[in-house]
Amino acid sequence: MYSRAYQRFVALPPLAWVTLFLLVPYAFLFCYSFWQVRSGAVIHAWTLRNYGELVRNPLYFDVLLRSARIAASVTLLALLLGVPLAYFLSTRVQQHKNLLYQLVIIPLWVSYLVRAYAWKTILGGTGVLNTLLVYCGILHEPAGFLLYSPFAVILTLTHIYTPFVFLPVYASMEHIPRSLVEAAHDLGASNVRTFWSIIFPLALPGVIAGATFAFVLSLGDFIAPLLIGGPNGVMISNIVVSLFGAAYDWPLGAAISLCMLLLVVFLITGTERLERRLQGGL
Amino acid sequence: MPSPLLAVKRVSKRFGATQVLDNVTLDIAESEFLTILGESGSGKTTLLRIIAGFEQAMSGEIWMRGQRLDTLPSNKRNVYTVFQSYALFPHLSVFENVAYGLRAKKVRGGEISERVGAVLAQVRMTDYAQRRPAQLSGGQQQRVALARALVNRPDLLLLDEPLSALDASLRVHMQGELHALQRETGITFVFVTHDQEEAMALSDRIAVLRGGRIEQLDTPRTLYNQPRSCYVASFIGKTNLLRAQVRNGIARAGNFCWPVAIPDGEVLFSLRPENIKLVSAAEIPREGAIRLKGTVRRSVFSGASEMLEVECDGGIVLKVRVATSAITSPEVSLEISPEYMIPLVEKE
Repeated sequence: MYSRAYQRFVALPPLAWVTLFLLVPYAFLFCYSFWQVRSGAVIHAWTLRNYGELVRNPLYFDVLLRSARIAASVTLLALLLGVPLAYFLSTRVQQHKNLLYQLVIIPLWVSYLVRAYAWKTILGGTGVLNTLLVYCGILHEPAGFLLYSPFAVILTLTHIYTPFVFLPVYASMEHIPRSLVEAAHDLGASNVRTFWSIIFPLALPGVIAGATFAFVLSLGDFIAPLLIGGPNGVMISNIVVSLFGAAYDWPLGAAISLCMLLLVVFLITGTERLERRLQGGL
Repeated sequence: MPSPLLAVKRVSKRFGATQVLDNVTLDIAESEFLTILGESGSGKTTLLRIIAGFEQAMSGEIWMRGQRLDTLPSNKRNVYTVFQSYALFPHLSVFENVAYGLRAKKVRGGEISERVGAVLAQVRMTDYAQRRPAQLSGGQQQRVALARALVNRPDLLLLDEPLSALDASLRVHMQGELHALQRETGITFVFVTHDQEEAMALSDRIAVLRGGRIEQLDTPRTLYNQPRSCYVASFIGKTNLLRAQVRNGIARAGNFCWPVAIPDGEVLFSLRPENIKLVSAAEIPREGAIRLKGTVRRSVFSGASEMLEVECDGGIVLKVRVATSAITSPEVSLEISPEYMIPLVEKE
């Protein structure tokens, strides 16, 4: 169709972009992770000490585990919210479907920071929730565990990442031919049976994609834990941030980043393969 | 007729400003093969969907064996549907597709495999039980869709243009299978199609639907030989439509006339092309027959027969079906028995 020269020409800018802003930084990251900091200066001598430190010091593994736990909780909650919402919107709603769909999307237009701060105002000691609970006499004094805790982080991240689950699930549900649902009813299936035997299995690729989004994005999040996580809500990315910042240990930060990167790539390829297998079975 | 299996009583349905079904009344007998025939937009699929329970009628009632049907949800009706696109569950094997209805009714496992096995044998799909629908041809998917409905021993089976997705030769083959299956099982079939030949080949009775109303409900033979309206006459098979003036028991069109037993006025008559005989001018006219002279303007060969367009004296053009190469010269004589002149009701 197009000449080879033209094809190369249009491929050049994106290639240059990816090389300059992704591949080169990754290469730097890779190199840094094998270097060291001694008395405030980076020594360009190859060593495995950073990776050794990650294995030796249980702190890093504990924080990673906590991050994974938080990400898993967020994923589970986002699924519990996003899947029923998608089902409801895709099969039950007749009127104002578009409006409701937009309402789910609109939070994505609001800055992440604003939404995180909003939760701070809701959950804080003098926040909306505590004031209300005390006013109603349910609590005698404001509850402290609401803010600056893993709970607050999970709540905020669930709020932020539920649309990421909803969207792919909704898309796959919309792709299920209406006649399949009618056929299930015709054959005597109740709504519950139709959901579990037809709709959910056919929407599974979307569910897996949504769950992957929620898990990967929460795992690498550092703003929510920074703003509302408190000391117990610290996640692995906060450690990377501090290593690249105040602690000034770029090599160790690079090593952690690289481990995270591998973990995420591994996860994404795994779920992608699963999705493709499910779709291939159809 | 003995008490019907299904009685559709004065059912109406409207989508927005469009009247899709207008006071449809229809009785269906036990073990009958009834076809709802109509062009797209005639409301035939909507009628089927209302019987299945996918749509609600706005007024009217549906009764089955003396019980109200239209108040039940679709999963509580012993009425099963074969969908136009088959609607097989893509993630389930053929066996599980067929077993779906039985599992929903919590039938025992042993009985499930027994019944599914039997029905798959009936549609000759036993060897494909473990395949997925995507691995089957169109005809095979069609059989699975049939089996999936039949395994539930329905009182009534609804088929929504089930053959329209198949190519022509396979379609004729499946028509035969469908017909045999209906005779074998004795299950009442309601079949929706826009293909009049298919309807004629399969049905005990045909309901011709037009603009949400039943135009005529009769056996294929009656429908063909005694069409009541202009629409039915020209929709089913080919015909000549003649506008005639009726006065005192005599109808006149152009410069020929014949006796009729209908009131005076302007009436449209249907005359099937095969009911016009080609005769030699020397032959003595039969008693009471109409004799015409004409010129062949065009002839269309179609294998067993030939369709002639004959311009008669007086300007009327008639389609005449004759055996191949029956004509030797363009000047012909035609003979028509008056009983083949079928008076029609025009759109009221």
